[in-house]
Amino acid sequence: MSAHTRVVVTGLGLVTPLGTDVASTWQAVLAGKSGVRALHEDWAVDLSSKVAGAIDADLSGVLDKVAARRMDRSTQFAVVAAKQAVADADVLANVDPIRLGVAFGTGIGGLSTVMQQMQILNERGPDRVNPLTVPMIMPNAAAALIELEIGAQAGAHAPVSACATSAEAIAWGTQMIRDNRADVVVVGGTEAVINRLAMAAFSAMRAMSTRNDDPATASRPYDLGRDGFVMSEGAGALVLERLTHATARGANIYAEIAGFGMTSDAHHIAAPDPAGAGAARAMLAAVVDAGATTTDVLHLNAHATSTPLGDIAEAAAVRKAFGSHTDQIAVTAPKSSIGHTLGGAGAIESILTIMSIINKQIPRTINISDFDSKVNLDVVINEHRAISNSEILALNNSFGFGGHNVCVAIRNY
Amino acid sequence: MNTEEVMREMAVILDEVAGVAADQVAMDKSFTDDLEVDSLSMVEVVMAAEDKFGVKIPDEEVKNLRTVGDAVNFIVKSA
Repeated sequence: MSAHTRVVVTGLGLVTPLGTDVASTWQAVLAGKSGVRALHEDWAVDLSSKVAGAIDADLSGVLDKVAARRMDRSTQFAVVAAKQAVADADVLANVDPIRLGVAFGTGIGGLSTVMQQMQILNERGPDRVNPLTVPMIMPNAAAALIELEIGAQAGAHAPVSACATSAEAIAWGTQMIRDNRADVVVVGGTEAVINRLAMAAFSAMRAMSTRNDDPATASRPYDLGRDGFVMSEGAGALVLERLTHATARGANIYAEIAGFGMTSDAHHIAAPDPAGAGAARAMLAAVVDAGATTTDVLHLNAHATSTPLGDIAEAAAVRKAFGSHTDQIAVTAPKSSIGHTLGGAGAIESILTIMSIINKQIPRTINISDFDSKVNLDVVINEHRAISNSEILALNNSFGFGGHNVCVAIRNY
Repeated sequence: MNTEEVMREMAVILDEVAGVAADQVAMDKSFTDDLEVDSLSMVEVVMAAEDKFGVKIPDEEVKNLRTVGDAVNFIVKSA
């Protein structure tokens, strides 16, 4: 056991292409469903990647109408997920607002709002630009709007580290409680950039799948035919709570945030370090921070975005960190179902990791028809893997452009 | 447009932009004190009114528009 103040998870919230809450998303994952669809919108006609995990559900009933029109879509998802999480934790009436914090990020933020306002600026002039543009596009908008929604006064932080963002938010929230700045912190991340510019820009990097004729199988981590990630949107929110605070109020405890590790590659602005040294250090740091040893790790929820280079680099990093114990770690890649929600991924996938722990079932990775033998991992492929151990330590990896490596260690409670 | 028509459209704008219920909107109501329209929302209201009524409401005029009636009268006069 670690010497740190213990931090547990008492609330969960999800908005994903698979479902607009935790239960529906988890059921869809277990059913092997894909949240990815063809982009039939007019603006996508000439894009090279025309598939995405778009959220088509109507969330207008969940948010106040005026509040919603003052939020970028990414912030709307964030606030919806955070509201679910705090309701699930039943915590707002049971925490001093000055001991309630927020750590919530986004990888890109309000790009869709930027594009809308740019168009208004160009077509109608400067005096038609929405006066709420700045608070809508600032990268801390989600953190700030959640802070306002729940009345959090211990501090609201907005980590930004591309696709590692919301894993980093979990780390920051955990640290806020360890540092005794807060008893409860709402953490997570969000993204909503299924728009013409983001799709074109990621495609220009040759990072995205062009399997346009078969959207549901376009995101295929570890499959030989993988050809890039699939853009997706959504948000995940968790309520982190000091263990003693949670037990004192009789809260339902899902799991424990046992530790985290964060490193940087100093290798390349977008490509992963092929040796995976930084990623391996992040995983090892998370294990140490959890007061565990490498052989305690049973499960890895991988970053695995379905890019040719990235999936291999992560697999190499896992092997570097865990050596022969790697064969004992059951790996799943939820982006096969959800696609890549960028800044939302770390939180969404940590929630799926928690669901795996409490249900003692690791969901299979879908869309692997021709397993890439260069991936030297025990990937859960054909059927879900039951967990029989009573002590479960699982890791969730998230890596971001810029060489950000974040690993969250989650233990059953 | 006459006063009554502008008033009706202003109520729609206030509902959409600032969440003010239509039955709260009256000529003598102050935007800030009665309807809790903050300064950013007021900019939105002004922009929406300019679009709707095809008028220009200069910034230096906005500070004189204390009540809904002030705005409605200005718009009727300008349109």
